[in-house]
Amino acid sequence: MIIKILGSGCKKCVALGENAKTALQAAAIDAEIEKITDVVAISGYGVMSTPGLVIDEKVVSTGRVLSASEIGGLLKNK
Amino acid sequence: MGDVFVWLNDQLLRMQWLSDLVTLLVRDGFGLDPASQIGGSIHFFIYDVIKIFILLSVLIFAISYVQSYFPPERTRRILGQRSGLGANILAALLGTITPFCSCSSIPLFIGFTSAGLPLAVTFSFLISSPLVDLASVILLASIFNWSIALAYVTIGLVLAVLGGTLIGRLKMEDQVEAFVYQSPVSDHDNDGAISLRERLAFAAGQVMDIAHRVWLYVLIGVGIGAAIHNWIPEAFISALLGQDKWWSVLVATLVGVPMYADIFGTLPIAEALVQKCVGLGTALTFMMAVTALSLPSMIMLKRVVKPRLLAVFIGIVTAGIILIGYIFNATAHLFV
Repeated sequence: MIIKILGSGCKKCVALGENAKTALQAAAIDAEIEKITDVVAISGYGVMSTPGLVIDEKVVSTGRVLSASEIGGLLKNK
Repeated sequence: MGDVFVWLNDQLLRMQWLSDLVTLLVRDGFGLDPASQIGGSIHFFIYDVIKIFILLSVLIFAISYVQSYFPPERTRRILGQRSGLGANILAALLGTITPFCSCSSIPLFIGFTSAGLPLAVTFSFLISSPLVDLASVILLASIFNWSIALAYVTIGLVLAVLGGTLIGRLKMEDQVEAFVYQSPVSDHDNDGAISLRERLAFAAGQVMDIAHRVWLYVLIGVGIGAAIHNWIPEAFISALLGQDKWWSVLVATLVGVPMYADIFGTLPIAEALVQKCVGLGTALTFMMAVTALSLPSMIMLKRVVKPRLLAVFIGIVTAGIILIGYIFNATAHLFV
């Protein structure tokens, strides 16, 4: 599983990355977290409001800092 | 009824109480005459900084709450359902309430264009977004008066609608970098999932974010304002920017366009200029030039549009701002 955090390095993107890490640990999933900071690359996902969360190349959230438990729910649905 | 409005306007919006308090502080606390050069600058600085930060916090909070209902995805959906001039007007209006900073202009541009929105609509939005927002209306009303605030918003929206329409007429779709059209369109929208608590937290977060981003600009802006207000000789300013000088609007535009600052930082400068008998049109031109166009946003836009379209965009907005300056200078007596 590959998780991508979309955002040009704002505080919210860092927070989302931290929450994703916590969620992965809680679910005992070994996945890679990648940060996408280039605006053109972010737009490549069709995302207009950051931070965005991408799980296995699918956009699952935009414009919000999801909590670790919310991310956990999304991971389970995978 | 009228008296009540005047009182509310003076105390809440213009914060007469704060001005009186700062007068006391300057006179009794610092032992300076508020009418003197030093006392006057200190009064201007303290009063304006506190006033702007109070208004900024309250306004950003209220506006961000409204904004949480209009994420860009929703704005795009609403705009996609309209066409013609109506779509331009709607784009200009939505530009006033959609979260925006120059850093988000590229994702928005790509997101709108790849979803098939016409360039006319996208540019109406891009012009209106930084130029006019609800916070600036209230701030203008606080520093100047309501008729100037409403006039500013109206002409800002007209500029956005006309500028966008003009760009649309020029049929410059081939002037957009090809990868923009090939970008995928994600219609992911969290809107339904957001709770009231999250919206309030978002609004509070926006206040912190924006205060963090603009505080330095505000201090610099008020500092320049205080300097203009008390230290730079009026003769010098009026020779450069005076109402009777035909070039004043052009100078204000040339200085303002490359500059990057927030409307919160620009207002105190405009305020001080007007108090020094600079034409209202010249001061507003300066504000519009600073907020609507800036080097950083041009550099960003250059990544998604070809030079000709970028030049047309800058040209149209600059010409519009200059025109607005002359119109306001000619009709200023109606507003003051």
